[in-house]
Amino acid sequence: MTNTIQEVAGADFILAIGTNTTEAHPIIGLQVKKAVRNGATLAVVDPRKTEMADLAHHYLRIKSGSDIALLNAMANVIIAEEIWNKEFVATRTEEFEALKEMVAKYTPEHVESITGIPADTIKTVARGYALAPNATILYTMGITQHICGTHNVMAIANLSMLCGQIGKEFSGVNPLRGQNNVQGACDMGALPNVFTGYQPVTVEENRTKFATEWGVQDLPAKPGLTLGELFDAAGTGQLKCMYVMGENPILSDPDALHVIHALEKLDFLVVQDIFLTETAEIADVVLPAVSFAEKNGTFSNTERRVQRVRKAVEPEGDAKDDWEIIGLVATAMGYPMHYQSAEEIMEEIARVTPSYAGISYARLEQGSLQWPCPTAEHPGTQYLHSGKFSRGLGKFHPVEYVSPDEMPNDEYPLVLSTGRRLYHYHTGTMTQRTGALEVAYPQEYLEINCLDAENSGVCDGEIVKVTSRRGSVEVAVRVSDRVTPGLVFTSFHYPEVAINQLTNPARDPISKIPEFKVCAVKITKVMVSLNTKKVS
Amino acid sequence: MELLTLTIDGREVCVPKGTTVLEACRMNNIPIPTLCHAPELTAAGACRLCIVQIEGMRNLPPSCVTQVTPGMKVETQNPKVLNARKTILELLVANHPLDCMTCQKLGNCSLAEYAYEYGVTGKKYQGEKRHLPIDDANPYILRDLNKCILCGKCIATCEAVTERNVIGFAYRGFSAKVSTFMDTDLKDSSCVYCNRCVAICPVGALMDKNMIGKGRAWELSTEEVTCTFCDSGCKFDINSKNGKVVGVTAKSAANGRPLCLKGRIGSDFRYNSDRTELPFINQEGEFVQVTWGEFLGLGDIVEKINSLTK
Amino acid sequence: MEWFTLTIDGREVCVPKGTTVLEACRMNDIPIPTLCHDPELTSAGACRLCIVQIEGMRNLPPSCVTQVTQGMVVQTQNPKVREARKTILELLVANHPLDCMTCQKMGDCSLAQYAYDYGVTGERYQGEARDLPIDSANPFIIKDPNKCIACGKCIRACDEIQGRSVLDFSFRGFDVQVGPAFNLPYNESDCVFCGSCVSVCPVGALTEKKMQGKGRRWEMEKVTTTCPYCGTGCSLDLNVKNGKVVGITSTDGDVNGSALCVKGRFGYGFIHHPDRLKTPLIRKDGKLVEASWTEAINLVAEKLSAVKENFGSDAIGVLSSARCTNEENYLMNKLTRAVFGTNNIDHCARL
Ligand code: SF4
Ligand code: SF4
Ligand code: SF4
Ligand code: SF4
Ligand code: SF4
Ligand code: SF4
Ligand code: FES
Ligand code: FES
Repeated sequence: MTNTIQEVAGADFILAIGTNTTEAHPIIGLQVKKAVRNGATLAVVDPRKTEMADLAHHYLRIKSGSDIALLNAMANVIIAEEIWNKEFVATRTEEFEALKEMVAKYTPEHVESITGIPADTIKTVARGYALAPNATILYTMGITQHICGTHNVMAIANLSMLCGQIGKEFSGVNPLRGQNNVQGACDMGALPNVFTGYQPVTVEENRTKFATEWGVQDLPAKPGLTLGELFDAAGTGQLKCMYVMGENPILSDPDALHVIHALEKLDFLVVQDIFLTETAEIADVVLPAVSFAEKNGTFSNTERRVQRVRKAVEPEGDAKDDWEIIGLVATAMGYPMHYQSAEEIMEEIARVTPSYAGISYARLEQGSLQWPCPTAEHPGTQYLHSGKFSRGLGKFHPVEYVSPDEMPNDEYPLVLSTGRRLYHYHTGTMTQRTGALEVAYPQEYLEINCLDAENSGVCDGEIVKVTSRRGSVEVAVRVSDRVTPGLVFTSFHYPEVAINQLTNPARDPISKIPEFKVCAVKITKVMVSLNTKKVS
Repeated sequence: MELLTLTIDGREVCVPKGTTVLEACRMNNIPIPTLCHAPELTAAGACRLCIVQIEGMRNLPPSCVTQVTPGMKVETQNPKVLNARKTILELLVANHPLDCMTCQKLGNCSLAEYAYEYGVTGKKYQGEKRHLPIDDANPYILRDLNKCILCGKCIATCEAVTERNVIGFAYRGFSAKVSTFMDTDLKDSSCVYCNRCVAICPVGALMDKNMIGKGRAWELSTEEVTCTFCDSGCKFDINSKNGKVVGVTAKSAANGRPLCLKGRIGSDFRYNSDRTELPFINQEGEFVQVTWGEFLGLGDIVEKINSLTK
Repeated sequence: MEWFTLTIDGREVCVPKGTTVLEACRMNDIPIPTLCHDPELTSAGACRLCIVQIEGMRNLPPSCVTQVTQGMVVQTQNPKVREARKTILELLVANHPLDCMTCQKMGDCSLAQYAYDYGVTGERYQGEARDLPIDSANPFIIKDPNKCIACGKCIRACDEIQGRSVLDFSFRGFDVQVGPAFNLPYNESDCVFCGSCVSVCPVGALTEKKMQGKGRRWEMEKVTTTCPYCGTGCSLDLNVKNGKVVGITSTDGDVNGSALCVKGRFGYGFIHHPDRLKTPLIRKDGKLVEASWTEAINLVAEKLSAVKENFGSDAIGVLSSARCTNEENYLMNKLTRAVFGTNNIDHCARL
């Protein structure tokens, strides 16, 4: 996020695109509600009529995958009506002309036919955003989980720069991260192309710095494979072994059957986790790790805030801290790695990571810190891009609308979209074992519009088989006006409903994010009823 | 030493001969509730809360008075045992005043602790409540016999000091109570306020008056100190709230020693800088306040020290 | 900022304009009992326990809704004020069930605390005790309406913190009840079980269901940590007794204040779940069997070294975790790059 969570409440205009905030990020949802109570205008763009849509002043029920068209149309209106922030564009950005030229053809009237949103609504929302003293954009996977995910994000950035709604308090572009430490995993170099703090591996200086700190001769310069590419490489036999820490790709990744197949082809699979997940079940070695309650460390949240995780209880059985296990493996492979505590590791992180250089456990005892925090005296950074962008001038990247990879046709007439539910988390490994959450919300269901339900001859509660080109699952339906005709929705929290056997692994060519939000499916009624999950 | 092997809750354990079942459990971290048991006193087997099931025995014997035998099989947590304990607690709570909201003992009260653990609310049997007068006539001990559960520990600990036999059981059945000779207030008894009984009472029947209203058990932190007023080395607790000493209470007597009022009040004077009140002594049935020097038998030394430091 | 000088209990203090008398007292460590006040919520002035005496005013005004004025003279502890507070408490306790012996809230209950402080035993007025049914139909929250003192904090928390307005008063006078609209049980209302109402309730009327019988408040050690679920990063307190996490309660987090969502507040049962992995497992004859750490680590090291040797570093791939800590991800990045010698590391950020 460019801003803090608390700043959301101070915005005058909130554009929430593809984020079911009140369910997926309830506490950020509270800030949105607070802003609305304080008089802010809320515009919500989502194919699903979520609680956010109920709160919104403007609800834009968009056709899945047509976000760029909408964003470009808004830019079109703003330029046509001369309400863009001329000073900001002149002093802080470049390539404005390119944008202007590109969005010219995205008139609201034309875009109405692509997105299904009335031209007048597009105009109203565009004006509201441009003219608000402070406007902020919130988005999540609804934007990134498309083959054009990166372009979606660029279109958002274009809009914010065009109106100068970035680089100040309350105004910015705010992706809400799904998992507790996605931000931290990225910051810490758990990515194929960068070391910590986004220092590219392709830059020799960086490699030298890390090689010196780590006491090795040299480090590989060629960027590695991304998640999906790793599975592809495993499938072709190029990748021989894999070490998986705390992830369950069999349930969380698209086209799960392909993932299982790929993992099974490996010579050797190590899984380090707290439960015997579906992925751990097919591993060659399973290493028991500890939960957040048993370890010391830090998480970085979606607003770049580094906060302490504190050990409260001793590990279960013989389980060990993940960092300790990693040290054991390294040492056994002839690279001695002996840390005494998580704190010692943070000291090393601070040494090699400019944005974390000023962060230490001693300071975190006094309160959290938002990076960039370059020195021990630096108070941390509340919002980004104040005065200047990291690359200097902000560059407009005009992007074209392309339709989703897989459009519905006669055989697969419906669009399946996936997401999260309030009561559960990720693949359910934790939330299905709390003794409370799974009792309140024991079963997954498929949301379907009543028109489609009628056409398929199914009623509320009946079991259907959902089939895509890649696989099928059985699930109970819930007839609901939350989804438009032609759209069905479910979550990926339930092992019984392994929805990712259906989803499309087609990826954004730049970010490599799979297109979870659009995949063509058909449904057929199943006569036998599913064994419902036992509630204990 | 001869060792015996027995099984407790399916676990095999080894203990010296002569150990009671209760001791065997405690040595192995198996929790057993007790109300009348104290390691330093002879076991009375009065409260029955410590019952367990032993293979081959028909009743549920109290573990505090049952010695282990080789090969014994003990169950401490089966439903039968738990239910029996629960019934005992229900009956105790039935005629207990429900004063926990403001009772000074809460947080250290065994009855309330076990009631919580066993889910006993006092709703099952609505017993007759006692309405005994509260004995408040002396400056040191607040005695509320309505809260007494007749465990007898106070009597045993008082008796343990030779020549001192201030209290005993009187009356029977519902009227049974712990009483002084002639059932007077403590003030008119031979009590010397050593507070051995206060330190051992599992409930709020005997309280150190000094602590009333000074804070709840969980707000206080205690530090054990050894008394320096003679060389026997009895133990006292210094109680502090928010980092400030609020009072000194009796903890335990040194081996074979009585524990005494002088040591306690003297320690309070020493550690509790907020103490302004002069100590009391009982002169022919009336409590009168005396100077520190007189109280501690030091002449006017203390006054001199005080005037020097002021 | 404009400053006012006023006198509280004979002490002169300076506070900014717009401060309430209650805030002025708290800034200066002068204790005032409150039941319906919460700094995160609007003030209702409902319980009157926070009354003080102010020179020139006839009644005893509630300090939580009275703003300071220049030169104000306030008394917070005189006999008149204390007597009035005591009467308020006597009346509250009069029809309160005397359940403190086993009440889950004891140790953290404002009513019991003030009753102790003011020496109120409930003997003065013997009110009619209520006998309303307890709502425990959902897995998260127990509502015992008999213990409710109608302070209205839960209503305001739901409304102002959670933005939900599930709760309200129903009936009137002695019969007044607080709960989901139409006095429905929680699980039949629109409640999303964020537990904000539970965290503000000053008494045992709303308590965490899973903490019942798990230990008394004073036996719990609180460890402040960060929620393991979504990327918001809420702070929370793990309640620990005898080495087990037995509950979660609110703290004052930088991100979330005292608010949490249902996952953060109630989703801790997995920590001590019997399914937790407790020893390393190694596949032998197609089955995963228990193994020692030495055995498991040596096997991993051996296999990975062999692959590196025979097929090159890039034949190894690593999935790090968006759920592990920064320190762990950092080490995974170090292990992959410095030890395995490849950049094949990623995690599920994109999901
Ligand atoms: S006064 Fe206390 S120690 Fe004595 S018998 Fe009663 S409960 Fe037991
Ligand atoms: S003695 Fe124990 S059970 Fe009785 S009122 Fe006091 S704290 Fe409660
Ligand atoms: S709510 Fe408070 S006063 Fe009421 S029973 Fe529980 S602890 Fe006692
Ligand atoms: S749990 Fe949350 S949503 Fe439910 S009533 Fe309480 S405050 Fe409202
Ligand atoms: S339930 Fe608790 S917070 Fe709500 S009104 Fe009653 S006492 Fe107050
Ligand atoms: S409490 Fe809820 S909103 Fe807060 S971090 Fe946890 S899951 Fe996210
Ligand atoms: S403790 Fe054994 S009978 Fe009382
Ligand atoms: S706290 Fe002021 S009226 Fe309740």
